[in-house]
Amino acid sequence: MPKRTDIDSVLIIGAGPIVIGQACEFDYSGAQACKALKEEGFRVILVNSNPATIMTDPAMADATYIEPIDWRVVERIIERERPAAVLPTMGGQTALNCALDLDREGVLEKYGVEMIGAKPDAIDMAEDRDRFRRAMDDIGLATPRAEIAHTMEEARAGLESIGFPCIIRPSFTMGGSGGGIAYNREEFEAIVARGLDLSRTNEIQLETSVLGWKEYEMEVVRDTADNVIIVCSIENLDPMGIHTGDSITVAPALTLTDKEYQIMRNASIDVLRKIGVETGGSNVQFSINPANGEMIIIEMNPRVSRSSALASKATGFPIARIAAKLAVGFTLDELGNEITGGKTPASFEPSIDYIVTKVPRFTFEKFPTADNRLTTQMKSVGEVMAIGRTFKESIQKALRGLEIGVSGFDEPPMPRGLADDATEEEFDTALERELREVRENRLWYVADALRRGWSRERVHEVTAIDPWFVNQLAEIIGDEQALRGRSLESVDAHQMRRLKRDGFADARLASVIGTDESAVRTRRHELGVRPVYKRVDSCAAEFATTTAYMYSTYEQVCESEPTDRDKIMVLGGGPNRIGQGIEFDYCCVHAALALREDGYETLMVNCNPETVSTDFDTSDRLYFEPLTLEDVLAIIDVEKPKGVIVQYGGQTPLKLARDLLAAGAPIIGTSPDSIDLAEDRERFQQLIEQLGLKQPPNRTARTEEQALSLAAEIGYPLVVRPSYVLGGRAMEICQSETELARYMREAVSVSNDSPVLLDRFLNDAIEVDVDAICDGTDVVIGGVMQHIEEAGIHSGDSACSLPPYSLDEAVIAELGEQVRAMAKGLGVIGLMNTQFALQADSSGGWTVYVLEVNPRASRTVPFVSKATGVPLARVAARVMAGMSLAEQGINDVAVPDFVSVKESVFPFAKFPGVDPVLGPEMKSTGEVMGTGRSFGEAFYKASLGASVEFPTSGTAFLSVRDQDKAGIVEVARRLSAAGFSLMATAGTERAVSAAGLKCKAVNKMQQGQPHVVDHIKNDEIHLVINTTDGRQAVADSYYIRQQALGRKIPYTTTLAGASAICAALTSGPDGPVYRLDDIHGDVASGAA
Amino acid sequence: MDNAGAGHVPFCSSAPVSDRGEPREFAPEPACLRYECKDVRLDGRYSSRPLQFQIRALSRPALLVLADGTSFDGVALGIDGMAVGEVVFNTAMTGYQEILSDPSYARQIVTLTAPHIGNTGTTDVDLEADVVHATGLIVRDLPSVHSNFRATDSLEGFLAARGVVAIADIDTRALTRHLRDHGAQAGCLMAGPGCDVTTALAAAKEFPGLAGMDLAREVSCSAPYPWTAGSWTLGDDQAPPAPVTSAADAPHVVAMDFGVKKNILRLLVDRGCRVTVVPATTNADAIRALQPDGLFLSNGPGDPEPCVYAIRTIASLLEDRLPTFGICLGHQLLALASSAATIKMKFGHHGANHPVQECATGRVMITSQNHGFAVDADTLTESLAITHVSLFDGSLQGIRRVDVPAFGFQGHPEASPGPHDVQGLFDQFAELIAAHRSAA
Repeated sequence: MPKRTDIDSVLIIGAGPIVIGQACEFDYSGAQACKALKEEGFRVILVNSNPATIMTDPAMADATYIEPIDWRVVERIIERERPAAVLPTMGGQTALNCALDLDREGVLEKYGVEMIGAKPDAIDMAEDRDRFRRAMDDIGLATPRAEIAHTMEEARAGLESIGFPCIIRPSFTMGGSGGGIAYNREEFEAIVARGLDLSRTNEIQLETSVLGWKEYEMEVVRDTADNVIIVCSIENLDPMGIHTGDSITVAPALTLTDKEYQIMRNASIDVLRKIGVETGGSNVQFSINPANGEMIIIEMNPRVSRSSALASKATGFPIARIAAKLAVGFTLDELGNEITGGKTPASFEPSIDYIVTKVPRFTFEKFPTADNRLTTQMKSVGEVMAIGRTFKESIQKALRGLEIGVSGFDEPPMPRGLADDATEEEFDTALERELREVRENRLWYVADALRRGWSRERVHEVTAIDPWFVNQLAEIIGDEQALRGRSLESVDAHQMRRLKRDGFADARLASVIGTDESAVRTRRHELGVRPVYKRVDSCAAEFATTTAYMYSTYEQVCESEPTDRDKIMVLGGGPNRIGQGIEFDYCCVHAALALREDGYETLMVNCNPETVSTDFDTSDRLYFEPLTLEDVLAIIDVEKPKGVIVQYGGQTPLKLARDLLAAGAPIIGTSPDSIDLAEDRERFQQLIEQLGLKQPPNRTARTEEQALSLAAEIGYPLVVRPSYVLGGRAMEICQSETELARYMREAVSVSNDSPVLLDRFLNDAIEVDVDAICDGTDVVIGGVMQHIEEAGIHSGDSACSLPPYSLDEAVIAELGEQVRAMAKGLGVIGLMNTQFALQADSSGGWTVYVLEVNPRASRTVPFVSKATGVPLARVAARVMAGMSLAEQGINDVAVPDFVSVKESVFPFAKFPGVDPVLGPEMKSTGEVMGTGRSFGEAFYKASLGASVEFPTSGTAFLSVRDQDKAGIVEVARRLSAAGFSLMATAGTERAVSAAGLKCKAVNKMQQGQPHVVDHIKNDEIHLVINTTDGRQAVADSYYIRQQALGRKIPYTTTLAGASAICAALTSGPDGPVYRLDDIHGDVASGAA
Repeated sequence: MDNAGAGHVPFCSSAPVSDRGEPREFAPEPACLRYECKDVRLDGRYSSRPLQFQIRALSRPALLVLADGTSFDGVALGIDGMAVGEVVFNTAMTGYQEILSDPSYARQIVTLTAPHIGNTGTTDVDLEADVVHATGLIVRDLPSVHSNFRATDSLEGFLAARGVVAIADIDTRALTRHLRDHGAQAGCLMAGPGCDVTTALAAAKEFPGLAGMDLAREVSCSAPYPWTAGSWTLGDDQAPPAPVTSAADAPHVVAMDFGVKKNILRLLVDRGCRVTVVPATTNADAIRALQPDGLFLSNGPGDPEPCVYAIRTIASLLEDRLPTFGICLGHQLLALASSAATIKMKFGHHGANHPVQECATGRVMITSQNHGFAVDADTLTESLAITHVSLFDGSLQGIRRVDVPAFGFQGHPEASPGPHDVQGLFDQFAELIAAHRSAA
């Protein structure tokens, strides 16, 4: 069936902010869907609240709305744009749920909008756990024995028949949110309560656990003519019991005979037909009893998913792109397979001749109090994918791509709870526990157990990891052990080749042999052992392809076939983590697209399968490789690029910059030395002094004693942090010498090579971010952003406003001048981000302090680009390639008439028990943008986009630290005027009442019941304003924030945040919606 | 040429390349051991099953030389010796055992593009014929441990026991690309001590090629026999089902064996047929004497053109309007018996992911394919209609006689290995038979 002609326009709903379980894979799928539908001539309307997405670039859709993904807001968009259809399967669970809301609320019917891709009933059947079970029964597929519950009582009754361990899965959530495995009654009650609360339908399912069974996924695509193909099978190395997003997974499935595989294939197809997924991609998850092949179905997702992004990258089959076309009527046989240049149709099943391994990346170090056991609720924040010709090569490449300081199966830290002088037996017991209780680093303990002589059988018995995988790991460790004690010189070419074929990194070999990485590399080159590049072609070489999607391996024939064109290589950002996510990928994509337009051949290097940068369409040539020195140098060797861009991928490529330069790589843009100048406190301080600018008093300490004495010189409070970090890792505010001493002892390992930076903390300062571009001659200010939270909250966690909402022209101009001076002083070529702190001085003016300068792409670049309509990353990429700002015609970026607010999104709900207070260490996973005619309107939308909806009436609870007592009065007055009742703890109550406002006093927790938490639990409080300082006070109010978070009561921990909330109270979800071109006006000209 | 693979000993070993398996140095276990492993069952009870970890080392050299002089060094699996045949590749990711035992691979050395082969071991249940028909096997890696509850032996043990020459540790992707660009060609596999390029090249060059080669006669059974087994289902490995006893009035299908795969026969039994397998050379009258309700023409190796005896038989039986279904070689023979011609393809179709479109409905089905010859679409007579085409290259995939109840399919609807999408053709055959019987 050809393209439908009865619809002319399609609304695509995006996934919103990056959260655990929903990351940039939906930008990849959404961007593909936009492109696919536009090229078929459809008018594409897009809504997504996440500005750091490629899909929200002006050229991607005909009408783009960076607005909250809330059905009431989307209704306004539908009202204005009148799309003929809505495609909800590209934006994860967020889009699916929003579409179901639109349907339920009658919006689709009212405006005559057809839901395409998946019908409401199909979504409901797949997501409603009870209906799904019954549907599976109908087609003869087994599901785990289960009970459905809507209340705690029902759950307790259900537990009687299920027993422990019991798996709890809420309906209609993603990433297994709110779910878990209960081993006892206490855990059961806690997980059930959370699950009931998080489920949109207050429904949970209790399941018998099939812990230890093998887990598989099938990525399936179906068209309107009922043609169905399996794009990819995925096998989890980690058996059942761990969320697939947190599992190490491998494609294709490796331990099934054809007979079993076909059973699973047929079942997948039956599931799609039964659920009624008319078109598009779906993911079906199975579990298999390794003892007898018994198969049960776990769940299915009637939409593209993280796994489909992985499957697309693993096979070269663009699932989202094809799914979008199927949704508008095409059938599989009518569509070409892009990777073979259309020589083959999309209606085939990819065959792959390599092994793909995905390893999740966790960030538990950011949440030390979080439970880091892996269960059915996803906890990882990113992932890395690696391609190798064998499993060994593939997994070792994946591990070194994680960037967690390992180059392979490095020796893990001591098992938990073990004294240094533990006996061999104690060690063994502790190790066994690490293998049984799955945490983020279990794989390394598995390797260590094998290293310590555990038999493969015992490892299998304890972990239930399939013997096939255990043996592969055992062989890796066996080779490693055999290498120990050998000298580098004694390794001959044959042996070196074997080791490299099995995926050993040069760095890993160096650490096993006891030499350094460069020595291994030199020896390897002497022996003539170098990687070749093979292509991902979706057909195992059966057809010739021109697409240059490549991976390295140690084989005989190289297929890279480099051209002799002028090439620019862009180094990507690797796996997502807190502090380095989609924003950097956005920049890398823009660099590739811009330079491609300018006639360069662009080479992308990255290993994050979720991204747009690893779409083989984004650059001319894609190297899906770990971002390590070894792997990058090997590509440079083959390609000989004219320039290498290291400043767009975040800290990942920056860390390589020096070594790359030393190895002769042509790094373009700001030199590594200038980057170092900006990051090296002492060198930077000299520059600041030269330029006559100010910094908060600061020192660098290399020992604890030194730190204490230097701190005395500059005075408390202090911001302390290790040098060279991104995302404020291990950054804290110390109020006293005691706190500093504790920090120096416990939080960081300080040394000569990694000193600790001490900065005087500026109380009550306003923080401002400025993004700029410098070409060596001219500097253009891209955007000035005023933070809403005071200085001291990590800029990545802080909300901010562009343009500033309370700064005068003069100080903004002054900031611009300082940026210009520093950009030139540093010799920046490309992007530069500066953070300032402004402190009001006695004369009513501002004292400007430079907090830090980062001569590289910053997290705010996409936000600024979306707010102003000027694509900074593109402009700067051209600058780096040698085209000046003047040549590009960029003299200035106009300050927009609209206000845009960026708000951060946090993963606290996923980590029960973690204090959601903000500080200098970054904790947010993503961000949203809200735009309005006023700051209040923009802040309202940004908050709604982050799923925080402010109440319009009710009771506001106020409890603030002493220094905020004066400021809280104005907030109280505004809340009261807006009709709120006020409730406050004693000190705050006195301050508020003294101002003549009606306010009820309430006990703090330690003052006895009924106290504030009781009121929160009784749903008597609707807004929480709670500011604190000092460790003790923070801990005291922890329960208040915990309760507010758990009950989804809007809360703020800063006075500035409280003021912003007041400003937002006059806005609502039925306000106007703005298209990007409304915001950009003439500025845009479709350039971004 | 890279010589690294030639002595695939553990890199830590300085021992010279030897012709017997040496245990890896790091293996603490005895060469083979069994242990009990508990598995949680759905109902919460425990069951035990033995698992097996086998340790072996690959240390014997092997060599592949193509007739055009291209050569690859690797390590030997299976037995020492020499094998000569046409080198082809198959892109199926599962089902290596079914492929090896498929009689259609006679005189072919098959390269499997999936990098790990042997992961799930072997079991006699998965054999498509009683012997291994492929002349040799080429893989990238054979893992030292297999893992699957169905396995009764390792692939290496299986190859050795059945006398198959095989090579591992070569750049199979490079080989596949070479075959794709230069076409399937003769090759020689040598395994064990004394591998030598000159001898192998001479042997490869001497191979006459498959064109004009009548292999069906060689792999066919020597006497008629009844087939009574139905399809495999989960659980059959532990307790094989009893043979199916056909009802007295069950339709009788005579299957001409040009190298028939067992799964074809099983699928016929599943559909209630009483099946008699007869040798390829059985003449029409002998088949008529069996009083068939339907005629099945099996798959098989080699060039269909020299099978004039079979073509004659088929043409004669078609005149009886006997319902007829041909698969692969059987399909080509049906075409030849209907006055069309066949051609040799450049490198053929070998995989389990080939999309085929049914012309009447537009439906796309993913099929298993394994053929180096094809029916020449330009030579179809008026009595033949095209029913299926390949979406990969537009080649002809299915034909139907417009005058008599006969049809053929180029791919493998019986799968094994591969997707089951086209199994409906067996139902179609059963319906033709039923219609024929009710009309009679």
